[in-house]
Amino acid sequence: MSSFSVGFRTLGSVQALDLRGELDAHTAAELEAAIEKCQQDDSLQILVNGANLMYISSAGLGVFMAHIEEIREKGGDIKIAALQPKVYNVFDLLGFPMLFDITESEEEAVTKFGSPAPSA
Amino acid sequence: MADRIHKLTIPSSTRYLEDVRQFVERHAERAKLPEDSVQQLKMAVDEACANVIEHAYKGDTERPIDIAVIVRPDRFTVRIRDEGEGFDPAVYQEPDLTRIVRSRRAGGLGVHIMHRLMDQVEYRQRGRTNECCLTKYRR
Repeated sequence: MSSFSVGFRTLGSVQALDLRGELDAHTAAELEAAIEKCQQDDSLQILVNGANLMYISSAGLGVFMAHIEEIREKGGDIKIAALQPKVYNVFDLLGFPMLFDITESEEEAVTKFGSPAPSA
Repeated sequence: MADRIHKLTIPSSTRYLEDVRQFVERHAERAKLPEDSVQQLKMAVDEACANVIEHAYKGDTERPIDIAVIVRPDRFTVRIRDEGEGFDPAVYQEPDLTRIVRSRRAGGLGVHIMHRLMDQVEYRQRGRTNECCLTKYRR
């Protein structure tokens, strides 16, 4: 069975989601639940850290696509950071850089949200 | 060199998708395909099986999906067979990402990914069996 988890971290006003493992049609519900929890908590500046995300299929990509419009309408955003090259290639293949703010580092994404970067 | 065929059958549940990816990865690596082709095959087969589970078997988790890896000198093919509702490739349209986002409905990307990643995508129907063959040619 696919192993996948979502960790929650708070970076000032930014809610970071640390994705770990393989995100496929079986595990996408966990990401869906995490993003819905952010919306319920009114944490709409969502930073998805993909440093430990090893795989993503269309089911995982679809979760981002299903929520981005509503979050932006409410003044928030989903920014995606630190993807491994082989995972970034999947986002790129489908034209995601046109729709989502994808940054090389978490710090860059935090800065774009307008919050101070956390101290090390 | 004769064709080599390796087979795997899974129940139609998403919990087995990782097993399918590992099966494809193992045989693609043994066939000495380049790393990017291995990753692309894994993903295309994952998408094809997820589509069978969702659309052909409509969420019934106990039906069989038969997967066969066929290694030939010039190509690597993964054949996926099911006995659910058939897929009509004529209705496939390249998805408009902006429209998907505006409609707030996830999905519809799997077939697009399969076509983008593979050199050849074929669909056949033999009696009650649907067959999808995903092929990557050796470069």
